[in-house]
Amino acid sequence: MVSAVFHSPRAGQGPATTATTATPGATAAAPARAASPARSHPPRSSSARRFEASEWLQQGLPPLFGLLLLIGVWHLAATSGEGQFPTPAATWSAALVLFADPFFVNGPNDVGIGWQVLNSLERVGLGFGLAALVGIPLGFLIGRSVFAGRMCAPLISLFKPVSPLAWLPIGLLVFQGTEAAAIWTIFICSIWPMIINTAVGVQRVPQDYLNVARVLNLSEWTILTKILLPAVLPYVLTGVRLAVGTAWLVIVAAEMLTGGVGIGFWIWDEWNNLNITHIIVAIFVIGLVGLLLEWALVRIARAFTFEEVKS
Amino acid sequence: MNESHYIQIEGVVQRFKTRQGEFEALRQIDLRIAKGEFVALIGHSGCGKSTLLNLIAGLTSPTEGLLLCAGREIAGPGPERAVVFQNHSLLPWLTCFENVHLGVERVFGSGSRSAGAKPERKAELAARTHAALELVGLSHAAHKRPGEISGGMKQRVGIARALAMEPKVLLLDEPFGALDALTRAKLQDELLEIVAHTHSTVVMVTHDVDEAVLLADRIVMLTNGPSATIGEVLAVPLARPRRRVELSENPNYLQCRKAVIDFLYTRQAHVEKEAA
Repeated sequence: MVSAVFHSPRAGQGPATTATTATPGATAAAPARAASPARSHPPRSSSARRFEASEWLQQGLPPLFGLLLLIGVWHLAATSGEGQFPTPAATWSAALVLFADPFFVNGPNDVGIGWQVLNSLERVGLGFGLAALVGIPLGFLIGRSVFAGRMCAPLISLFKPVSPLAWLPIGLLVFQGTEAAAIWTIFICSIWPMIINTAVGVQRVPQDYLNVARVLNLSEWTILTKILLPAVLPYVLTGVRLAVGTAWLVIVAAEMLTGGVGIGFWIWDEWNNLNITHIIVAIFVIGLVGLLLEWALVRIARAFTFEEVKS
Repeated sequence: MNESHYIQIEGVVQRFKTRQGEFEALRQIDLRIAKGEFVALIGHSGCGKSTLLNLIAGLTSPTEGLLLCAGREIAGPGPERAVVFQNHSLLPWLTCFENVHLGVERVFGSGSRSAGAKPERKAELAARTHAALELVGLSHAAHKRPGEISGGMKQRVGIARALAMEPKVLLLDEPFGALDALTRAKLQDELLEIVAHTHSTVVMVTHDVDEAVLLADRIVMLTNGPSATIGEVLAVPLARPRRRVELSENPNYLQCRKAVIDFLYTRQAHVEKEAA
């Protein structure tokens, strides 16, 4: 986690992009693509089409195999056991029922899976948003002022390794409510990556840019808006990505403890009902939502990362 | 004010604190630069050329000694001493126009600190910016970002940014060092034309002998560091305008070139021997 936090935005993006977009086949396909137009002219369209198909196969087949393998092993494990564990087919049909009406409300404790996910996302959004409001300015302060940096360094080192769930009882005590306590837990877990990344980003603003600011005699406001903010933005966005990722991990556990409507408590509730199929569906849903969050944030980060920030 | 003592460097010593103790980069630098003069600072890598330029820019203060510009002590960086950095240092999130405009706005706009002068209106500021870009032949690239243009163009934008502030002194820190030979020659010729046009006082750091002889009125040669100082000052007796092709056979040019090469590779050659 520490190394992930300190990665530059590009290095941080690396694993995510390779995981989502690139497959081993993509690298092998690149030289082939470069070579094909030079080879022959007349049958170009058909060869191009054939090439597109082969690229599609190289990119699409391995993930498909992975998925099939998972389902196969799962099916074998489920059918060879005592019958406790649901088969992929049983899970699929349960999922179809759940997603046929994801937004029903049958009283306060019986709502559709859509609402469960949205409630969890709302808590993540609130806790994360508050953490951004506090963490990003604090990161700027720590990055700009040596004194503030030295003052906060031991506190951050001390509290960062603490599981955010350890803060849950403090939240319950102080805020006297489970909802606020869950948001508080998310706040705690998402604030560290944002403080640290923002501070690192501020410290890594190239000295050249600051020299330019000094030679041009720019005002503090111009330095902040025209130099610091754009230079630090990629680091902040990496912090945001890490924070949202952690928050989405933690919310499930926090909700199991606090109860209420949410995907985490829903899993716990279904466990008490011994409804394993629903738990498996929930695992896939959580994974999918996390994937979407990550994808969206990577897209945003890429839009704000300039080619020359690194050099 | 004495025009021949436009920039005065008096007994400047620069030491840096490092982990291995104090490091003396420059010792006993005395130099006077006249108004409108073009001075080249040349020396081997690590001899403190850029350190001296940073001192004139006001980016660092000397450990001992005094630097004056137009009779006033240099206390910090300011737009009257514009710097063109080695690596252009354009802000990658701003277009070329915006990069140049940043300085223009500060010097001539509402952010202006000079008393008496009325802040100019937006249109005037934009006109100055466009004029500076036109001077370096980049009007067509005004709305491109630095990432979308070539290295030579970026360096030209850096020069435009400096010139647009109408500085009293133009400080160039190996401005063409990172460019290929042909682009470098082209930009050197452009710089000659621009300086002939603006009559700026220029101090340029370089490690290119031909560049120094071609461009400068005087070449200040620094001894090897640490504790570098001025080894020799060579006046370049070549009439302006100078043309690259004609100079290549000019005996004065060849003599100057030989003098600098002799200084760098015969008398100050020990750095290379140690490194090898």
